[in-house]
Amino acid sequence: MELTKYSVSELSRMLSGKEVSSEDLTRAYLKNIEAKEPEIGAYITVTGEEALAKAKEVDALRAKGEALPTLAGIPAGIKDNISTKGVRTTCASKMLENYVPPFDATVMEKLNAQHVVMLGKTNMDEFAMGSTTENSYYKKTKNPANTAYVPGGSSGGSAACVAAELAPYSLGSDTGGSIRQPASFCGVVGLKPTYGSVSRYGLVAFASSLDQIGPVTKTVEDAAIVFDAIRGYDHHDATSVKTDTTSSLVDLDKGVKGMTIALPKEFIAGEGGISKEVREATLQAAIRYESLGAKVKEVSMPTLKDALPAYYVISSAEASSNLARFDGVRYGFRAPGSEQCEDMESFYRKNRSEGFGDEVKRRIMLGTFALSAGYYDAYYKKALQVRTLVVRDFNKIFEDCDCVMAPVSPTTAYKSGAKVTDPLEMYLGDIYTVTVNIAGLPAISIPCATGAENLPIGIQLIGKAFDEKTILRVANSFEKGI
Amino acid sequence: MELYKGYEMVIGLEVHIELKTKTKIFCSCPTDFGAEPNTQCCPVCMGYPGTLPVLNRQVAEFAVKAGLATNCTIARYSKQDRKNYFYPDLPKAYQISQFDLPLCEHGWLEIESDTDPSGLKKIGITRIHIEEDAGKLIHDDEKGTLIDCNRCGVPLIEVVSEPDIRSSQEAVNYVQKLRSIALYTGVSDCKMNEGSLRCDVNLSVHKPGEPFGTRTEMKNLNSFTFIAKAIEYEYRRQVDAIEAGEAIVQETRRFAQEENKTYTMRRKEDADDYRYFPDPDLPPIELSEDEIARLRAAIPELPDERRARYEQNYGLSSYDALKLTESKELSDYFESCAKTAKTPKIAANMLITDVFRMMTPEDQRICVSPEHFAALSNLVVDQVINSSTAKKVLKEIWGTDKAPEDVVREQNLAQINDESVLRDVVAAVLAANEKSVNDYKNGKLAAAKSLMGQAMAKTSGKANPVILQKLMDEALNQ
Repeated sequence: MELTKYSVSELSRMLSGKEVSSEDLTRAYLKNIEAKEPEIGAYITVTGEEALAKAKEVDALRAKGEALPTLAGIPAGIKDNISTKGVRTTCASKMLENYVPPFDATVMEKLNAQHVVMLGKTNMDEFAMGSTTENSYYKKTKNPANTAYVPGGSSGGSAACVAAELAPYSLGSDTGGSIRQPASFCGVVGLKPTYGSVSRYGLVAFASSLDQIGPVTKTVEDAAIVFDAIRGYDHHDATSVKTDTTSSLVDLDKGVKGMTIALPKEFIAGEGGISKEVREATLQAAIRYESLGAKVKEVSMPTLKDALPAYYVISSAEASSNLARFDGVRYGFRAPGSEQCEDMESFYRKNRSEGFGDEVKRRIMLGTFALSAGYYDAYYKKALQVRTLVVRDFNKIFEDCDCVMAPVSPTTAYKSGAKVTDPLEMYLGDIYTVTVNIAGLPAISIPCATGAENLPIGIQLIGKAFDEKTILRVANSFEKGI
Repeated sequence: MELYKGYEMVIGLEVHIELKTKTKIFCSCPTDFGAEPNTQCCPVCMGYPGTLPVLNRQVAEFAVKAGLATNCTIARYSKQDRKNYFYPDLPKAYQISQFDLPLCEHGWLEIESDTDPSGLKKIGITRIHIEEDAGKLIHDDEKGTLIDCNRCGVPLIEVVSEPDIRSSQEAVNYVQKLRSIALYTGVSDCKMNEGSLRCDVNLSVHKPGEPFGTRTEMKNLNSFTFIAKAIEYEYRRQVDAIEAGEAIVQETRRFAQEENKTYTMRRKEDADDYRYFPDPDLPPIELSEDEIARLRAAIPELPDERRARYEQNYGLSSYDALKLTESKELSDYFESCAKTAKTPKIAANMLITDVFRMMTPEDQRICVSPEHFAALSNLVVDQVINSSTAKKVLKEIWGTDKAPEDVVREQNLAQINDESVLRDVVAAVLAANEKSVNDYKNGKLAAAKSLMGQAMAKTSGKANPVILQKLMDEALNQ
């Protein structure tokens, strides 16, 4: 079997058993990248030389007989909004075309401590704003399942590289579904951890109260392995939380017998614009869970329809402030001729007008408006109140259910270019994923069926805060039929 | 204080005080003043993409101490907010501050007043909140404008007063009081020349009994003199404008130090909408009753308490007690003196009159050890020297810190208390000044003063003035 077919857990076993070297594995991936990348376009930057050097270093360590961590020597793709020391981090924006961070994100420090081999930085929607990866300044990523379709977004590069075997796993970030939706569109596994369980230090902020880094993998077990590697309290992130760090693998194979899985009726009703095939796949998944010994309980999530507008107000408001620092003064893009500007205001205006793409500008304007004097109470404050209600809805469900199952996206992947002209239509596609970010909960997207045009369909499992273990177990049960 | 054309000024102050923490508010960079530009900054305080702030807990503790020392209510729960605006000295394009839930609220300070008949006045403190300082722009003729990020993220408290102040003297007294409290509690070194205490003045005028007028704001005044001068100018400018039928416009004005005038800087309608919202990177600040109690216990004796103690224990006048407690250094110095001074009240008088005269605005140090100063005051108490000789001796020991007894002995400065010696001196002076004696006897009482002066001079100023006066009176009235 080709090396690029294996999962992370298999590769880890093979590497430690010296059945394969990290160098061979890395070369296999670089070869794949060379062959398929021109069509898929998953990477903004490929760091081939550095990857091979690192792989050789890990092989040398292993040859010395050192016991190495699980992920040692295994290649990975990293979303291009995660700071990598010495490797440019563009956020898929012209604004940061030549920006090279002087420090590593905490997740990178953790992966480096495991001797991970970084293959490159993956493509995304500019500053993680979008659901198609078409808002990248650099390239459009194709869906490996059917290249006429988008891979989803914003972590489209991270999902496509795993689906196309251009990396055994990758890191993405999820603010309103940006890991789960592309994972679902590309037919891979995506985990959005609980807010606060993975450090955000070094993740270029989109919406600080919603952003969370997580893995995109081939299998649920791999998601658990990578999650364990990157999570944990970080004194550089005041929103990170000290939690139980027992291995997420311990309960993984225990099955779902006796568990109660909630299925909120609003998620499969017509109002979310759900397609027939996604609805069918979701119901089939419920039937499968019942056959595996779980009880699927119909529940209600009345705030579903309010969560989407609340999400767009909160995320845009925070983004308008987070992205204000990109002004051309200290780093990043400075528009030609801006230094001849008469005053600072025109200097800022010129740099920001030319440096940001349309979708980013749209969100900055939305957010600026929502925070403006006289509108704050009607928008931002109201959105925060909705947030409290969403949390209340989930808490009520979790009183007698172990987790919630739901579709990830109302439809399968969109045809390339289909949503570009209608941003509102695109926003509506986030309806099932944003509630999870609004409530700060963990959720995993796993493939559950294949729809028309060979396009994958996913379901997501949503858990209690800091209870990734349960959703990983439930997801693994579905994947392995246990 | 006399009202100008019948108008009263109404002033509220916003005072920014840099806190003396070792590290910055959201990162571990040092806060030392005067380092090479851009050597005390890191990705966090320079606002690099992806960096996050983590609150230095000591900043909150210092702010709470300042709040407790100014009689504020301390919030058990407060939060930090982003104040959004673009400026090159603000790397994140927002300042982390506190908006609607500050750490401290509803406090007050008592100050000396020249408008309240009691001579004292309570000034309300609306709130005290924590925030980060911005960087510094350095304008260079050749290189253009340069940014120094060393000050980015230096912790500040902003102390906002109620509009209770009615004169420039009260404003100065208030800032002085605030400064002394910051020094006493150790939360700041308040070096105004380094900008670690800056003051914004909000001022309006009205006729007593009428509603307040429209206010203007003068920003970043960093000396007591400038505060007083800016207020005096702006007060008269507003009154004259109103009298001339002009409306006062709400605006920010710049104080030009060279001219002692204020100029329009920015009108209200150009003012930014700061779009405050809670900073999602920072959890709320929660303080337990225990923590607050611990901070309260750590607050040392404050100037007002010391003042009361000085009045009671040493019999100082309230003016002297106030003067001595304004600065913690001076007050601590006095306390050291009082340990060995036989009459602390005499030492206090000498400190306020003679030592204050020796200090310059640039150099506020006292260049004599408190032990030697106490010994000097004891020489006066014991009538070994008189008070004018004491001034002479003080000059001798200033900077050298010699023992005052040695100076008195070496220079033979001891006071002459011997009546027979002094009687001879008086007789000699009277004999040599027959005309003055006659003038006196003819009712020109002033002549006695000149005779007394001559007698004192004859002893090189060493005569016991009380005995000499008595002998002089006796001789003249024989």
